[in-house]
Amino acid sequence: MRLLKLVPDNTNLDFMRWRNVALVLSIIVTVASLALVAVRGLNLGVDFVGGQMITVKFDQTAPLEEVRGTVSSLNVGDASITEFGNPQTLSIRMGLPDEGGEGAATRVATQVRTAIAAKHPDAKFTVDSVSGKVSNELYKWGAISVALAMLGIAIYIWLRFEWQFGVGALVTLFHDVCMTIGFFSLTQLEFNLNVVAAILTIVGYSLNDTVVIYDRIRENLRKYRKMEIVPLLNLSLNETLSRTMVTSLSIMFALLALLLIGPQVIFGLTIAILLGIFVGTYSSIYISSPILVWLGVSGDSFLPKHTTGSAAKGGERVATPNEGY
Amino acid sequence: MLDFPRWKVWGISLICLIGVLFAVPSLVPAREVAKWPAWLPSAQINLGLDLAGGSHLLLEADTSDLAKTRLEQMEERVRVGLRRESPPIEIGEISTAGGRLSFMVRNPAQVDAAVDFARRQTQPAGLGPRDWNVDVLDQNRIVMTPTQAGLDQGLKAAMDSAREVVYNRVDPSGTKEVTVIRQGEQRILVQVPGLQDPEGLKKLIGKTARLEFKLVDLTANPEQVAQGRAPVGSQVLPMQGGGAMAVKRRAIVTGEQLIDAKQSYDQNNQPVVSITFDSSGAKAFGRVTRENVGKPFAIILDNVVLSAPNINEPILGGQAQIAGSYTVQTANELAVQLASGSLPIELRTIEERSIGPELGRDSIYWGSIAAMAATAAVILFMLITYGRFGVYATIGLVLNALMILAIMSIIGASLTLPGIAGFVLTIGAAVDANVLINERIREELRAGRRVMDALEAGYREASTAIFDANITNVIAAVLMYVLGTGPIKGFAVVLMIGIVTSVFTAVNVTRMLVALWARRTRPRELHI
Repeated sequence: MRLLKLVPDNTNLDFMRWRNVALVLSIIVTVASLALVAVRGLNLGVDFVGGQMITVKFDQTAPLEEVRGTVSSLNVGDASITEFGNPQTLSIRMGLPDEGGEGAATRVATQVRTAIAAKHPDAKFTVDSVSGKVSNELYKWGAISVALAMLGIAIYIWLRFEWQFGVGALVTLFHDVCMTIGFFSLTQLEFNLNVVAAILTIVGYSLNDTVVIYDRIRENLRKYRKMEIVPLLNLSLNETLSRTMVTSLSIMFALLALLLIGPQVIFGLTIAILLGIFVGTYSSIYISSPILVWLGVSGDSFLPKHTTGSAAKGGERVATPNEGY
Repeated sequence: MLDFPRWKVWGISLICLIGVLFAVPSLVPAREVAKWPAWLPSAQINLGLDLAGGSHLLLEADTSDLAKTRLEQMEERVRVGLRRESPPIEIGEISTAGGRLSFMVRNPAQVDAAVDFARRQTQPAGLGPRDWNVDVLDQNRIVMTPTQAGLDQGLKAAMDSAREVVYNRVDPSGTKEVTVIRQGEQRILVQVPGLQDPEGLKKLIGKTARLEFKLVDLTANPEQVAQGRAPVGSQVLPMQGGGAMAVKRRAIVTGEQLIDAKQSYDQNNQPVVSITFDSSGAKAFGRVTRENVGKPFAIILDNVVLSAPNINEPILGGQAQIAGSYTVQTANELAVQLASGSLPIELRTIEERSIGPELGRDSIYWGSIAAMAATAAVILFMLITYGRFGVYATIGLVLNALMILAIMSIIGASLTLPGIAGFVLTIGAAVDANVLINERIREELRAGRRVMDALEAGYREASTAIFDANITNVIAAVLMYVLGTGPIKGFAVVLMIGIVTSVFTAVNVTRMLVALWARRTRPRELHI
């Protein structure tokens, strides 16, 4: 049986030739993402702004107008009632009550739910009711944990590799996170705690990609100490290209399956991760690698730790006909 | 590559077997598992509330109230205690302004005795400081200031007992799988799986349920009572259904002296709550009712007078009925509240999430279908890309998924939706580890190595990248676990477990399979 080869053997693509174009592109998209978030904002879920969100699932098509009437007759303040995912499901979003203290959010949610249940005994509810205090904390600690996780990773990579690699990884992660948040601002998909989990998944994947390529760069830096940095990066990227493609594609297939038949609730989550795989694959080639050039990584950056073994191996490799450099 | 010692083969196989055994209960319906012999593992994976459906409440204590209560209690102790000293110490100008208790000792000669008494009321709070500072101002004014350490200690004690009370109220029979845990300094997290409407739950928890029986002060002037003023030693309390009433400050008996409370019916077949006092309560109640036949006493719940029946005859058995306009349900609620004791501190709901069980079931159903489809897609892809090595990778992947399930059911971690995201990430990492190894083997073959050397080098060279990539993820996961809240924690748990199992299955298990195959067949060329 002939096995599938996504990438022909011994590719010799000049990735780094486009690094300045990619840099400009990335900067534009990153700035655009940040600007988008600043101007248009995120559709923050109740996790982060407080208030209540009630989703009601009916057995038949949801009586949107009737529910609007019911809710407005309760006099509980402005409510935004929309279809949610499919015609049977409604989402009722309400802000935090102005008065009544911390417990008020949950009280209003109860009122709405009781009123709808009285008319539609078959309705199934999901209630998220978060007071302002809790949502502030969720926001704060969500941000802190993402930021510290990124920093911790950068420090580890700095210790395992060199400081340039640590900086490279950090910038890459920043790029990926900006891009994802920009996507959520653009689509106005709800940004909630589950999305934070998605961002963390993207960070994890992108990092995995970056580390694999860095690992190969380190190996080649030790092996070919005379080689210029740009061809060395190209060599490393080409050597790992097959792996990059196979891994990315197989995960994308998995995500497509989740996206197409997975439950409604994780749609936002899955689409974010899918996007993140694209971005993560791109950034590990075009962000994390060129940064090493700009930060002045060279053949001297790694003094071999096991002089004899490494030299012997290097000698052997240079002698093989495939290495055309 | 070939020298794969026998003990290693056995060790790896054993771990895999255990993993599979412990994963199986989670894959079949619970009623099937119940039929199995007892020696088989039966722990099923815990589903988070977002998947299983249920209610989640985060309660926060009102601490301002706690300081006030402590101050009032100290005031009461000082008032009563000093009068009982021999000789009695007379005090005046008692004030609780500014969160401090201050009073003047009328006889300057008794200041030392009063200070001594006040000191005896304090307790050590942790190492060093006591819970109250006692100072003397202007020769005869004693000031008692609560210390921070004392307040902290008081809060901790109150929260511990509040947790207990909440637990007893949520699950009086102790049969439901409820979670009631303290979170941070002043919060309690309540999770009840399967419960769709948390309204009843909130009603149960929302009340302090402090029950007191007090004598009605018949000397009070009704006009003054209406203005909220009561004679010395009495207080004005609102009545259920309107109006107010003056009652003695001293309680005859309180809810703390209850041993039982249950819903029953009175002679008119109206739902009431029957309560039984313990022996000290029964004795006190008996004595007071004997001395006050013909006079009314007030039944007070959370500082509201429910009713003020007349004492027709001494009540000696320590039993009483609380009548009000109850339905069977509200009487039941009150009975549970009284039986579980009063909350030492007021709790408010600051976060509420409830997911209908049907919706949760939907998520699980479609989630599992999708997860299977996702896994199938990956497996297919591995097979057409790597052939035989794809089969090994597949075995590794499936084992990985099973072992994550197994470990999560053993340690009782909950699987949530974000957890599924973490699951996808670790499956991705496991695939990647296999891809790294196989691509490396391809590379080494292309570089002209012989089969065995290529296999050996493939595993060796790929392992540093796998190691680094996974360690970075572990760092991220640990930080997220420590710092993150709810969903992020759920994600981090799966990630931590998954990283360990994916490295084990993708590196050790496939390596063993490859080694056994290579030893048996001694391949001269590889299709990879």
